[in-house]
Amino acid sequence: MSPPVKLIGFFGSPYAHRAEAALCLKGVPYELMLEDLFNAKSELLLKLNPIHKKVPVLIHGDRAISESLVIAEYVDETFEGPPLLPSDPYDRAMARFWAHFIENKFIKPFFMAHWLEEGEVREAFVKEAKELLPLLEEQLKGKRFFGGDAPGYLDIAASMLAPTRMAVQEVTGVALINDDDYPALSQWAREYISNEALKPCMPDKDQLLAYFMKNKEMYKAGVKAMLQK
Amino acid sequence: MTMGDHELKLLGMWASPFVLRARLALSFKGLSYEYIEEEIFGNKSALLVKSNPVHKKVPVLIHKDKSICESQIIVEYIDEVFSGTGPSLLPADPYERGVARFWAAYIDDKLFSSFMMMIKGKTSEEKAEGRRQSFAVAKTLEGALKRCSKGKSFFGGDNVGFLDIVLGGFVAWVHTRDILSGSKQFDAGKTPLLAAWERFCALDATKAVKPDVEKLVELSKMRQARDDAAAAAVSQSN
Repeated sequence: MSPPVKLIGFFGSPYAHRAEAALCLKGVPYELMLEDLFNAKSELLLKLNPIHKKVPVLIHGDRAISESLVIAEYVDETFEGPPLLPSDPYDRAMARFWAHFIENKFIKPFFMAHWLEEGEVREAFVKEAKELLPLLEEQLKGKRFFGGDAPGYLDIAASMLAPTRMAVQEVTGVALINDDDYPALSQWAREYISNEALKPCMPDKDQLLAYFMKNKEMYKAGVKAMLQK
Repeated sequence: MTMGDHELKLLGMWASPFVLRARLALSFKGLSYEYIEEEIFGNKSALLVKSNPVHKKVPVLIHKDKSICESQIIVEYIDEVFSGTGPSLLPADPYERGVARFWAAYIDDKLFSSFMMMIKGKTSEEKAEGRRQSFAVAKTLEGALKRCSKGKSFFGGDNVGFLDIVLGGFVAWVHTRDILSGSKQFDAGKTPLLAAWERFCALDATKAVKPDVEKLVELSKMRQARDDAAAAAVSQSN
């Protein structure tokens, strides 16, 4: 029998959500250990992810795995359950390509466009996000999920465009993803947050909204500081 | 090189560490392919723009009529499609694969950014900070090598694996920096395992594709001169 699975996460972290989503979609039971990141990182987190000191960290017996997308692939390869990645190598490469695109090219301008104050800098990020969004919209064409009929690896990678984005959108008033401009992405987000398999790990809408409302100034200050680096 | 039975083409640029990764993977797997060079300072070719419309960057692997982009993704693709040809690059065990992917992500994040800061830093302080960071990264990778190699020569153990290839892509840049800075990036005193790991460069499969470091030094100097001239022009027009 496989040793127990634990996940070190944090409410509100879209990266921790990815790891939970992978476990839920695969049908792997796990114990969630929530960090109190506003106070201090736990000894366990610092011990198991000494390089980045970040959530999520998956604990499987005496193994620890960090980095949300690495965790997703590990879950897919280790446990029985519906496949998260396609079986065809080219399709796998494409799923990884778009996940990489989201991670390295898309996320920064997209969330900068939400959190920054009005002005030239923000407008530049909005412009950049608007150039990239059609590429993701295109990937969804004719499909319910990036993975096809059911959510998969790329849906997991894109998941911050669902519950997180919806909450941030409401808090900041920035509606980049809307039904008129990006109908497929808008519909996908609704499908994602109401998906049955993902129910156990879907953050409560009101709680998530309250979290971002409460920490709005912190996020705004955070992106400003990132720009100055 | 003529296109062999594998129907593989690689769009590349001789100085790119990311292209080198793809070439290393093909070399270690013993796969034949047609290599197409993109010009560094020229316009991007129609084939590149068509096969990598999102990023318009090399490397791009074209297999039959499908394009695969991003160096690490290309290496995994090659390993999966040609699993019967040559050695396996990714470890067999899912946990070891997770560990390898973790360090591969780290290399592309921290090693790459420290090198960029060292080379492209706008002030001498920034460059010095890049250099400092690159040594910190080397120290961390020393630990990773110890963990992954388990006393053997490579990240992959007795044989070259995915992580050796991921780091291996940077090895020509590392040697270029060694020459330009006058001190070794993977210093035998500070990072003995990494210094020894450089035996990777003596392997036939590496030598077959590794770019000439002398040419890289020349290119580096040429690029630096261009950057300096551009910066001078900007400051003169302000």
